[in-house]
Amino acid sequence: MTPSNAAAPLPDSGQGTPNTAIDGQDLQGGGWSDRAYDALLTAFALCVPLLLVLLIVALTMAAWPALKQFGFGFLTSSDWDPAAEHFGAAPAIYGTIVSSVIALVIATPLAIGVAIFVAEFAPRWLRQPIGFLIDLLAAIPSVVYGLWGIFVLVPALRETVMPFLRDTLHLGATPFFSGPAYGPSMLAAGVVLAIMILPYISSVSREVLLAVPRSQREAALALGATRWEAIVGAVLPFARSGIIGGIILGLGRALGETMAVTMVIGNRHEIAASLFAPGYTIASLIANEFAEASGDMHLSALMAVGFVLFVITLLVNFVARWLVWQTSGGTRKVG
Amino acid sequence: MSGVSLTEQVVREPIPERPTGVGVPGTPGLIDASAFSFWYGKKQALYEITMGIQARSITAFIGPSGCGKSTFLRSINRLNELIPGTRHEGKIFLDDADIYARGTDVVALRQRTGMVFQRWNCFPKSIYENVAFGPRINGETDRAKLDEVVEGALRRAALWDEVKDRLRESAIGLSGGQQQRLCIARALANDPEVLLMDEPCSALDPIATQRIEELLVELKRELTIVIVTHNMQQAARVSDRTAFFFMGRLIEIGNTAELFTSPREAQTEAYITGRFG
Ligand SMILES: Nc1ncnc2c1ncn2[C@@H]1O[C@H](COP(=O)(O)OP(=O)(O)OP(=O)(O)O)[C@@H](O)[C@H]1O
Ligand SMILES: [Mg+2]
Repeated sequence: MTPSNAAAPLPDSGQGTPNTAIDGQDLQGGGWSDRAYDALLTAFALCVPLLLVLLIVALTMAAWPALKQFGFGFLTSSDWDPAAEHFGAAPAIYGTIVSSVIALVIATPLAIGVAIFVAEFAPRWLRQPIGFLIDLLAAIPSVVYGLWGIFVLVPALRETVMPFLRDTLHLGATPFFSGPAYGPSMLAAGVVLAIMILPYISSVSREVLLAVPRSQREAALALGATRWEAIVGAVLPFARSGIIGGIILGLGRALGETMAVTMVIGNRHEIAASLFAPGYTIASLIANEFAEASGDMHLSALMAVGFVLFVITLLVNFVARWLVWQTSGGTRKVG
Repeated sequence: MSGVSLTEQVVREPIPERPTGVGVPGTPGLIDASAFSFWYGKKQALYEITMGIQARSITAFIGPSGCGKSTFLRSINRLNELIPGTRHEGKIFLDDADIYARGTDVVALRQRTGMVFQRWNCFPKSIYENVAFGPRINGETDRAKLDEVVEGALRRAALWDEVKDRLRESAIGLSGGQQQRLCIARALANDPEVLLMDEPCSALDPIATQRIEELLVELKRELTIVIVTHNMQQAARVSDRTAFFFMGRLIEIGNTAELFTSPREAQTEAYITGRFG
């Protein structure tokens, strides 16, 4: 065996030094135009966080009277009575979360299924059209979804789906699917939201799946995985953090969606276990009452629910970052 | 697929060296190609490749870029047929069974023919889960058995001592050479008869390369190894037989020492003396 070898040379650790020197020179050198450009960009970049801070400050100040007066009870009380100047936002908070969760439960498997189909199974010529049609769902105005909800979805739920869930599947035995089928309901809001967020989850997932390197697929296939096993065992795990990102994006949309939800949720200040019953969300509460808010405390209470929504979305985003970090980080310990 | 039966083809173009296998006759891992051609769409990449690959030995594929080495290698585990628009003619036998015969269990075939790629492609999972991937999709769920298989495969890939205390850590944290040996371990966990390697060392430094080469010499006692390489010294160092490909054709195959010292074909000589390629 000869030591002579045409393979890649050993990385030379000494080579880092000249590179750094060149970089340093680049930063120091350059004319005043470079520096002006630099300063301008920095200013632009700082504008965005500044705006965010101002927004938080303004919102907090406006919400402060209500938060101070009702304290923790603002989050737990179900009593929203502008005439008596008593405000409790529990039903709206509950409705915001529940309708979004319903939407996620329905949309996530569908969206990921569609993404897997488009990225892995659809013939090449079908990929573009399907992707385009799904993306088009995101372009439909919210109010159109609301109209569709009122005229198509709500009657269909009332006549067919709700009786089917309650009686045929005997889910009526649980509190969640019992009681009369009104039509406008938490379920209707959840379903509309599901359709609205589906394109977000699905597009992100599709892009992420398509970006999984071919070598990962081939590694699994060469080990004797079937196509499906390669997807479940190699492609999806590789894409996991990206897909979670897509789901969170969808959740963010669902939490803040206003128009379509307002049109189908029934707008009632009440926490009902049954998904067939009407409910409320923070966004629809604000939209419904802001224009005719009676008095300062009412206005402040609306600001306060807005503040709560803001906090919820912030939390969701932090959890999302943490999840993405968890699933992609090198520090991960696997089962 | 061609409708021509094997006997006709053998008559037309007899397999020149029906491999005898090193050692016991009937050693598993014999590969025979018979007039095997391959197309990517309209472009023909392989022209009637006929060769025998001996069991329990290392066969190197050399030749200039684009001559079809990878294509032929990836035809042995039928990985190429996943590319849309490809087709083939001719046959490839693994232990007397035509791997392209109708009804061939491709999953089983790929388990018998492990593959190691140019760029190590570990899964972004733990070291343990990487190695356990093959046995798991094989349906192995027993934890103790899996532990045993994983340890065995890592030992055979000469990686066990380096990773035994960090089996739960992500494979991505390993060095390039370690990741490539992990990929070898992952393939070995299926207990294959054949190991197909496509330029496994081309992205590694000389020390990592040497470790892999030593490993291959160790592994050939139990396996048929086929290695594609651009590194002529590597072919000369590790392989028992060398096949020279040129423009989709097999120009020459023979004992490595003979092929490098006294090639039969002018094209082979031109290539190994560096006059082209
Ligand atoms: N997916 C593909 N689609 C179309 N043509 C391909 C494809 N893969 C390879 N080819 C063509 O087939 C021929 C053989 O390619 P192959 O990858 O087998 O060469 P190779 O000998 O492995 O080359 P290298 O040494 O560069 O890896 C080349 O002309 C190449 O352009
Ligand atoms: Mg190649």
